[in-house]
Amino acid sequence: MLCCICKQKEAKVHLTQIAGDKMQKVDLCEDCAKHKGVNDPAGFSLADLLLGLGAAQEVEQASGGVELKCPRCGFTQADFKKTGRLGCADCYLTFAEGLEGLLKTMHKGTRHIGKVPQFLVQGRDLADRLKSLQKKLTTAIEGEDFEQAALLRDEIRQMNLKLGGLTVP
Amino acid sequence: MNINEFLVPPAESARRKGPHDRIVMSSRVRLARNIRNASFPGWAKKPERVRILELIKPAVESLAEMRGAFSESMDNLIPLDKQILVERHLISREHAAKGAGSGLVLNREESLCVMINEEDHLRMQALRPGLQLRQAWAAVDQVDSALERKLDYAFSSDLGYLTACPTNLGTGIRVSAMLHLPGLVLAEQINPIITSVNKLGLAVRGLYGEGTEALGNVFQVSNQMTLGETETAIVERLEKVLAQIIEHEENARGVLLEKKPKMVYNNIGRAYGTLANAHSISSKETMNHLSSMRLGMDLDLFPGSDRALTDELFIRTQPAHLQKQYSEKLSAEERDVLRADMLRENLRGVSRPISPLGGGGTHDKPAK
Repeated sequence: MLCCICKQKEAKVHLTQIAGDKMQKVDLCEDCAKHKGVNDPAGFSLADLLLGLGAAQEVEQASGGVELKCPRCGFTQADFKKTGRLGCADCYLTFAEGLEGLLKTMHKGTRHIGKVPQFLVQGRDLADRLKSLQKKLTTAIEGEDFEQAALLRDEIRQMNLKLGGLTVP
Repeated sequence: MNINEFLVPPAESARRKGPHDRIVMSSRVRLARNIRNASFPGWAKKPERVRILELIKPAVESLAEMRGAFSESMDNLIPLDKQILVERHLISREHAAKGAGSGLVLNREESLCVMINEEDHLRMQALRPGLQLRQAWAAVDQVDSALERKLDYAFSSDLGYLTACPTNLGTGIRVSAMLHLPGLVLAEQINPIITSVNKLGLAVRGLYGEGTEALGNVFQVSNQMTLGETETAIVERLEKVLAQIIEHEENARGVLLEKKPKMVYNNIGRAYGTLANAHSISSKETMNHLSSMRLGMDLDLFPGSDRALTDELFIRTQPAHLQKQYSEKLSAEERDVLRADMLRENLRGVSRPISPLGGGGTHDKPAK
């Protein structure tokens, strides 16, 4: 059997990938295999295997050819290509652009609509109330109801103190 | 404390009852969580993993649900004990490979199990016998809500709970059920079922999860998507699909008994014959025959015996459980002999299956 890339040399490396109910077979000669990084387990893209072909490329392309590196943990896109995992929570920011397309193919949506930690729920409620108070304040000032405006201003000040006490990322 | 003294004996754990347990062996809901400003376990260096373990372990131990729990660092468990935990489906095979910097907290009832520094900082799971996905979700949700007060989770309002692998992002939830489907396998309907379940975005895996064989006709069905859907929606979707699989399995059993009763009784009778008389038997062969015997129990072919016996043997004949009963290291061949001895001994009280079609046995038609 000949190598399916160069079609010249004898294929010595045989890869089988099963995606859904389709089976794909790739037969490569040693040189092409080496060139594709198949022989070197460190260079072989596990991200491709785990997340579907093209996953690592997508992250790579999104960066426009510049090697992205997470400023918090030092994780690079090459590491992602190797492991199919990320380095830390901040990597989701670092590699955000490249991950977006990936998440779209992988999940039902790209926005979380499930459970939210309680302290964030509280923070969110406060933020909502703050917004509506600020609107009322504007209306009060416009209507020259300064007594009401002073009351609202005090309430907003209290609210801001509370919000500051919560650690909202 | 020793994990072997802590674990419920197989005979007792096999007797746990739950809704639809003739087909649904167990339900599980797992949540993945991580700590903010720390590298994920696969990328963190050992000192950081140890620091995270020392942060999380006491927080988990302090939960009311974990009173009297077994809590240990993975490097304090010997490989055999880790393997026993895998065979009991309490930890993943990946977690069994971990050492210093990873940990395990398991409650008294074995209904809550928290893996620390597996692929994520926290993998907490609630387990229930039979079909009880809602109950399992409620239990693990409660643990998670208690822990979020003690730990600083990595959470983004857009992407939800941030996980090491993007496949778990968002809710970090994996809802799964372990199903015994001998009818669908015998009727050769299992593959179309797996294909259609896959099309619904659910995964079907073997006995020990990802990348494993469906030994003993046991299959795990679980969700794959975790982002863009609420936890409740995921639980409900899985419940609907499971109800359909249960119906298909019951139908397959009914049709087989009507159209090919000899094939079914032959399968069960031979399984009993082998298990009750073999002098050397592999773990794989044992599981497949125990599956047939379990089907026989469901069909009332073994009066006076019930599923608890096959389920107990299912646990006890696995390699690590077998090895645990002997002090010297056994080779695979020695294990096969001892496994056969154990099976003959335990099946001595079980008489051969009745033959509902006549020809030597009683003539009673089995009640369904």
